[in-house]
Amino acid sequence: MIQLFKMAFRDLGRNRRRSFFSSLALGMGLALLLLMAAFIRGEMNGAMDLTIRLQSGHLQIRAQSYDESKTSLKWQDLIENPETVAGQITALPPVIAATPRLFASGIVSIRDESAGVRVFGIDPLSEANAPYRAGLMSGEFLTAGDREGLLIGQPLAEKLGLKAGDQVSLSVNTSNGDVAEQPFTIRGVYSTQTNGFDSVTVFLPLAKAQAIAQAENHASTIFVLLKDRAQTEAVAAALQSSNYKVLTWTKMNEIIIQTEELANSYMSIFYLIVLAITATVIVNTLIMSVFERTREIGILTAIGMKGRRIMAMFLAESTLLAVGGILMGLVLGFLVVAYFTKYGFYIGNMGVTMLFGNTIYAELTLEDTVRLTILTFVITLLAGFYPAMLAARMEPVEALRAGQ
Amino acid sequence: MEVIKIENITRIFKTGKVETQALRGVSLSIESGEFTALVGPSGSGKTTLLQLIGCLDQPTSGHVFINGKDVSQLNRNQRADMRRGTIGFIFQFFALIPTLTAYENIEMPLLLNGHSASERRERIMQLLESVDLTGRAAHRPDQLSGGEQQRVAIARALASKPALILADEPTANLDTPNGKQVMETMTRLNQETGVTFVFATHDPRVIQYARRVITLRDGSIVENSAEEKTSPGE
Repeated sequence: MIQLFKMAFRDLGRNRRRSFFSSLALGMGLALLLLMAAFIRGEMNGAMDLTIRLQSGHLQIRAQSYDESKTSLKWQDLIENPETVAGQITALPPVIAATPRLFASGIVSIRDESAGVRVFGIDPLSEANAPYRAGLMSGEFLTAGDREGLLIGQPLAEKLGLKAGDQVSLSVNTSNGDVAEQPFTIRGVYSTQTNGFDSVTVFLPLAKAQAIAQAENHASTIFVLLKDRAQTEAVAAALQSSNYKVLTWTKMNEIIIQTEELANSYMSIFYLIVLAITATVIVNTLIMSVFERTREIGILTAIGMKGRRIMAMFLAESTLLAVGGILMGLVLGFLVVAYFTKYGFYIGNMGVTMLFGNTIYAELTLEDTVRLTILTFVITLLAGFYPAMLAARMEPVEALRAGQ
Repeated sequence: MEVIKIENITRIFKTGKVETQALRGVSLSIESGEFTALVGPSGSGKTTLLQLIGCLDQPTSGHVFINGKDVSQLNRNQRADMRRGTIGFIFQFFALIPTLTAYENIEMPLLLNGHSASERRERIMQLLESVDLTGRAAHRPDQLSGGEQQRVAIARALASKPALILADEPTANLDTPNGKQVMETMTRLNQETGVTFVFATHDPRVIQYARRVITLRDGSIVENSAEEKTSPGE
């Protein structure tokens, strides 16, 4: 075996430039796959993290009859005494924060311009709302007792030409089916770097939201953040009650999970196409090598080398090309991924149904690296079979005659 | 004892619809230890006959026996086994593997036969000495002269202690001094080891080394001088 690889190594060394570029082609293919896998994972994990932080939390507690798609404000569809319920949940050890939120739909108007918005009534002091506070671009954050202030997202503010301190009119649906309209002062403009969220979400203090929507002492949901995502199911089981339904982040974000699965399926096809292209380079290199060394194959056959050993010789070359290519691909891939892990890739304003950040950060896992490396190795080895069989099936007389 | 026995073999090559009869009903036998030349003009069938004896090819009809075994109907692997264990080859082009040193080229048949590293080393040094190339073991073919390369090929052919060595125009690409040295080496090894040599040539200077000359023309044996000759050195 050692002799086989020694020979294979020297045979590849006959045309170092060709062998190097063949391996490099394979390496670049692998690097591309690693980068794509890292982007997909980074994008999906980023979307999931954003959605959990900004929108779904790890868990939400809702009234059994609450229908999110209708943003119902009827009292029977809401949680009564939400502060008490949230306090009880916060007492559980795995919970970082549990806070009531009231959702309503509304319209922000300024002069002759208006925009449809989702009104979030939040507890400004809750730790669960830290991402919004951290994203304050100008002005001030809300206070619990503020009765006239709201926060508006930066894209919406830009669209309507608004800034902190400006007056707007906010119309909100109420629990009895009417629409209540009041003037508000923009206390601050925030940005979570997530256009899909920031362009449609307006924050009010919970008490004010309850008042304007006529949902006193009620909330649409209790938003729960956990210390560890893995504890979700255990906490959900502990919170099960006939009064409420408990929604986990996996249930609430099925679209992201399904999108990730779909993306992975598409990417598998993409990976195979890239590897098929690079494998063609390896096949071409080895076929050229077989034809250049036809007479040598004849000599080896004449001294008694069997077809399977000749085949093994070329497969050893294919293995060495694969190993060389994989090493180059890993180095190249890690460097490129490291850059995009640190600096990210700006994609601008995306995300209508899902929350994507404005910048995708690559996220390469050990699992993806191992999976793609093995896939590259196996496909390269398989690619080596054709030229290896070509060499093994040569008739000794014909092979010896070659080049004469 | 007969090392080679050939019974009425023919070999027809087909190129498209055209058939070329390279051998026409050839029969002969060669005893162990003989030093035999196959002579004849180009296209007479010398190389084809050597290839059939060497299990590199199969006859269209007839039988070839090597050490009493009919090799005419063997499959690819069985023929490879026969070549590996019984037959050594020397070709007119210096048929060495260019990426391997002289030592490693000679080592190749020993590796294929599963000899241990120490056995291989001992045998290779012995062979390099017998072809007077002890100091050239680590040289690659492109660092050796044509004559030296052919002597490495002789050593390689002898490595597995075969019963039979087949040489196809072994001096065709050598100048006279190197050709003479190669033929003298072959003659000496034939006498020292008793291995049977059959070589194809049309060079009269080479033919004179043979103790038996078989002349082919148009695929048939036209002369078979089985009488013992003395080698030019004697």
